[in-house]
Amino acid sequence: MIPVSQATAPAASDSPPASPAAPKDGRTSERSLARRVLARPEIGALIAAISVYVFFFAVASPFREASSLANVLYESSVMGIMALPVALLMIGGEFDLSAGVAVTTSALTASILSFQLSLNVWTGVIVALVVALAVGAFNGYLLVRTGLPSFLITLGSFLILQGANLAVTKIFTGNVATDSISDMQGFDQAKKVFASEIGIGGVDVKITVFYWLVFAAAATWLLLRTRFGNWIFATGGNEESARAVGVPVTFTKIALFMGVGAGAWFVGMHILFSFNTVQSGEGVGNEFLYIIAAVIGGCLLTGGYGSAIGPVIGAFIFGMVSQGIVYANWNPDWFKAFLGVMLLLAALVNLWVRRQATRR
Amino acid sequence: MDRTSRPRSRRFPALVAAAAAAALMVTGCSSDSGGKKAEESADNAAAGKADTPRMKVALITHAAPGDTFWDLIRKGAEAAADKDNVDLLYSNSPDAAKQANLVQNAIDQKVDGIAITLAKPDAMKAAVAKAKKAGIPVVGLNGGIDDWKEQGLLEYFGQDESVAGEAFGEKLNELGAKNAVCVIHEQGHVALEARCAGVKKTFGGKTTNLYVNGTNMPAVKSTITAKLKQDSSVDYVVTLGAPFALTAAQSVGDAKSKAKVATFDLNKDMVKAIEDGDVDFAVDQQPYLQGYLSVDALWLYKTNGNFSGGGQEPVLTGPAFVDKENVADIAKFAAKGTR
Repeated sequence: MIPVSQATAPAASDSPPASPAAPKDGRTSERSLARRVLARPEIGALIAAISVYVFFFAVASPFREASSLANVLYESSVMGIMALPVALLMIGGEFDLSAGVAVTTSALTASILSFQLSLNVWTGVIVALVVALAVGAFNGYLLVRTGLPSFLITLGSFLILQGANLAVTKIFTGNVATDSISDMQGFDQAKKVFASEIGIGGVDVKITVFYWLVFAAAATWLLLRTRFGNWIFATGGNEESARAVGVPVTFTKIALFMGVGAGAWFVGMHILFSFNTVQSGEGVGNEFLYIIAAVIGGCLLTGGYGSAIGPVIGAFIFGMVSQGIVYANWNPDWFKAFLGVMLLLAALVNLWVRRQATRR
Repeated sequence: MDRTSRPRSRRFPALVAAAAAAALMVTGCSSDSGGKKAEESADNAAAGKADTPRMKVALITHAAPGDTFWDLIRKGAEAAADKDNVDLLYSNSPDAAKQANLVQNAIDQKVDGIAITLAKPDAMKAAVAKAKKAGIPVVGLNGGIDDWKEQGLLEYFGQDESVAGEAFGEKLNELGAKNAVCVIHEQGHVALEARCAGVKKTFGGKTTNLYVNGTNMPAVKSTITAKLKQDSSVDYVVTLGAPFALTAAQSVGDAKSKAKVATFDLNKDMVKAIEDGDVDFAVDQQPYLQGYLSVDALWLYKTNGNFSGGGQEPVLTGPAFVDKENVADIAKFAAKGTR
């Protein structure tokens, strides 16, 4: 196994050697618990999230209700489920600009296939998974084969999917939105799986919130406890050295892109089964929200650094701010400006915490 | 360097094929309800075909791709084109400069007529003047009711957005509404803002605007839910597009609010929602009619020199209210995706 110092690497390399008075060699000395905690990539985002929560808790009385929190968590979860594989991919050093429209592609595939062939909706769900994984594999394969930047390749697939979403929908349905599949067999069952609600103490919580947390736990385990997790960090940190020490870089990258495909499939199914029909033009622009969630959560744009909990917090901050502004009933004309200011403040808190952690 | 990728690349198509085969096996269980089989097969409004010489008409709109509303305009235009032996060139761009370029493109193709939306009238001025100079008749539709005459367009088919908004507001008064939220799904969109402003003008109660991200449905749903929780006295949610009304109806349920949903524009799911009472009423500006009339008008102008409104008055295609009372009349057309 190759030694990969994972998430704490930048923090450790930035800190100057131990003070001369230290009895032991600074490089091997144990850092204090507080300092180690502060150096985690997601801790800055966590503190920012708490600040945002406290802020809206103070200024917006409807925000205090448990059902409001459930609503905020819902928006965060739909964004956050996609932000997870996108964050893993970013840690692995690549981008996927097709992630937003890939969600719509999956939903359209499942819906159109089921409707046109009058199949049980589960068939459409499974075929959509195959299509979503194939899109991811295509991105990954093209990337490792051509060596072109992922920004360029996935920009291409973004445009291809955006056009295909519209054109294929139009060919089959004659419209630009799919037909409602809510009266078809298997729909109710699939709705239970992908888009139901669970009551907790009188508050209806959307099922995506639970999936989100489960997926985040799985991604954390994958990153920190498995060999594949090490491969991701190594590939994103320095591809050539990773390859030199035997990391299967090609496999890792294709798998990460397919992971994004799987995420897009899941969110696509949620959208299909909660809204019954899908507009073919949806999803454009969401790819940046996923990347934003990952970056707010402490992932580096350059790869090799980040965590799976980070994007969870990042998506939560984004959800809190965008809903909090409504709960606070601020002038809606300023909505985007408020959103920008709040996100910038969250990023500054994040940065400040990380500086504190790495300073002696 | 491809040590690891080569065996994978060979294995990969096989994997996909296996997965596809597995999926096809599942197809054994097909659905007995809904789906294509249940959908009525209905032909488009196909009358006879004109024997006038083939002409070329360009329809250039500011539509974003994949919008149900604009699809209806295009379908209306296509129906008229079929009937009138017209070769229809459809192009669209939400970006004003690109739309102006598309007009230039149509002039270069020496079309016999141009139908155009003037959502951003000033940006289109030069292009329209060029078309007129080239001797191409230009008609307006959908957007630009205040500008079509000044720019010398032949005629105009559409709805006055402010008038529609005002009629909407009066309808709300009639229904005894007190507090309405107007959901704008694209911030800074002139026509959408005009609708909400129109509602505000005539509506006796309170009107608040709410901005949502129209390309992200879960976010639309959450935001409307949040607004309903923030202000529990809201009794009407006004949306500016049919898909958003359907989502708003879900938000009302989530927020356990008593608010009703009313909307601008129709689509085929909206008909069912009105029948079921999920959506109270919709205001239809009949986009199909706008598309149909503008192509048909250019044909008529070429073959017989007619033009509607004498270049003085616009031809209004809306607002037409659709509610539980009259929804049955239009249901079969909406199901075909033409109303």
